[in-house]
Amino acid sequence: MNNQLEHPVYNYKVVRQFTVMTVVWGVIGMAVGVLIASQLAWPALNFETPWLTFSRLRPLHTNLVIFAFGGSALFATSLFVVQRTCQARLISDKLAAFVFWGWQLVIVCAIISLPLGYTSSKEYAELEWPIDILLAIVWIAYAVLFFGTISKRKASHIYVANWFYGAFILTVAVLHIVNSAAIPVSMMKSYSAYAGAADAMVQWWYGHNAVGFFLTAGFLGIMYYFVPKQAGRPVYSYRLSIVHFWALISLYIWAGPHHLHYTALPDWAQSLGMVMSLILLAPSWGGMINGMMTLSGAWHKLRTDPILRFLVVSLSFYGMSTFEGPMMAIKTVNSLSHYTDWTIGHVHSGALGWVAMVSIGAIYHLVPVMFNKDAMYSTPLINVHFWMATIGTVLYISAMWVNGILQGLMWRAYNADGTLTYSFVDSVEASFPGYVVRLIGGITFLGGMLVMAYNVWQTTRNNEAAATNPAASAA
Amino acid sequence: MDINTFRGLATVFALIGFISICIWAYSKKRKKDFDDAANLPFADDKQSSDGESL
Ligand code: HEM
Ligand code: HEM
Repeated sequence: MNNQLEHPVYNYKVVRQFTVMTVVWGVIGMAVGVLIASQLAWPALNFETPWLTFSRLRPLHTNLVIFAFGGSALFATSLFVVQRTCQARLISDKLAAFVFWGWQLVIVCAIISLPLGYTSSKEYAELEWPIDILLAIVWIAYAVLFFGTISKRKASHIYVANWFYGAFILTVAVLHIVNSAAIPVSMMKSYSAYAGAADAMVQWWYGHNAVGFFLTAGFLGIMYYFVPKQAGRPVYSYRLSIVHFWALISLYIWAGPHHLHYTALPDWAQSLGMVMSLILLAPSWGGMINGMMTLSGAWHKLRTDPILRFLVVSLSFYGMSTFEGPMMAIKTVNSLSHYTDWTIGHVHSGALGWVAMVSIGAIYHLVPVMFNKDAMYSTPLINVHFWMATIGTVLYISAMWVNGILQGLMWRAYNADGTLTYSFVDSVEASFPGYVVRLIGGITFLGGMLVMAYNVWQTTRNNEAAATNPAASAA
Repeated sequence: MDINTFRGLATVFALIGFISICIWAYSKKRKKDFDDAANLPFADDKQSSDGESL
């Protein structure tokens, strides 16, 4: 079947592989999310087994959803978009295959090492040093592949989506290499090259830019190609997209300290992080508006096209989380929200509402192209998925808002004599209903992913039957 | 240099940078280039020989 799927000009094989793996890792990563969400409601679900405990599965969840699911979506779309908009084939098929298999190997290493308890204990960079080195090599290969293809382009312009992908690739390379600098003491144990407050600052310079460049810039690349494509009209304002790009990438770098309010980090750094976060609202909303307004004059398409609906709703959630983020970066607000479930709600309004939904929309666009079909197997099922994803996200984030504010208020309540009104355990008990609602939201979202997996499977399966027909009729 | 002078200058340079990018992006001369660029996602639709429409 593969021969019939090969494109005469482009390398679609690697795009197809990453497209399918996006769905696979999405289901697995979110299933782990559902498991840890149930453990927070019913701790007995760790079954007294070390590798099933929350502490080991939580980093597995974040690695799987961010790097395996989100990463595969970014690889698939970026390698597709760069070829289509540069009208050039990837510079090397071998290098493309290396990037695909190398990335899968990194993920398998994560799936084995994290539950075994190997961790560098740096958030979103938990993998131990040998895996870090492998990751760096794969990433550099990816950069060569991407930028090499850009240098072969036909048009003199580099389309704006490629600018965002390019910034994402370059910055993640720098972030990963600097943050993972460590001194190995054995095969699976190392210590960070930095110490104390400097280590914390490097960690959150990395952590926030992982949000800014991995979870935002990369997915904005998706937005700038797939929204215009699906709506059938060019982006609302190309000029705005240029200002958007430069403003966003020059501001994000400075916002990291908002993760370290009221810590040993110098005060000026905290204030700088807060101010930069507030300004960040402007370019974020500029980008959102640019995406949304691309539909002006084509709003009616939303009624019939659930793929476009995924893309547009993802932009609304992007707008919401980039409004919420700057608010939470204000020190007084952060003193309430920090360490509470509010942060978790913010994370998932970005992660489920923005990152997952925009990826899902792009994947629904890509699958038929990759498997030479006119459309997905079932459009009504895409619609079902759309509603499950939206309801799931809303349940998840509203439960976490309620829990977060509840916890924040309980922790800061004092009695007249200066003692705390509530013990920590009181706040855990009060959080129980929210955890159950979050779990229901998570199960709903995961259910939608299973609907998608079925739909994708049917689309690709029917391919074999359909592919023989045109060949027969052409002959 | 005093650290506060440095901070002030950095802010001024950032502002100048931002304004220059805006002027550059919105200048009339570049309108056609940008319109062409904005259509790049559709560039291969017309010429794909295999009847692919997306
Ligand atoms: C079915 C869907 C999902 C469920 C049920 C779920 C559940 C969870 C749970 C229970 C936690 C731990 C919260 C805590 O420590 O209190 C968590 C953390 C996290 N999840 Fe998810 N998740 C889902 C999907 C996703 C997706 C798609 C992404 C990213 C694209 C994501 C990114 C994260 C991140 C970054 C954290 C760490 C948050 C922090 O440290 O502040 N999740 N998730
Ligand atoms: C203008 C944009 C944004 C700003 C200013 C911002 C700000 C913040 C703030 C203040 C926190 C809480 C830090 C704390 O108290 O510990 C936070 C956490 C977080 N945000 Fe955002 N946010 C923005 C957009 C986003 C988006 C679009 C995502 C995408 C998924 C995202 C993902 C996260 C994650 C994963 C965390 C949790 C980090 C952790 O503690 O593990 N943010 N953000």
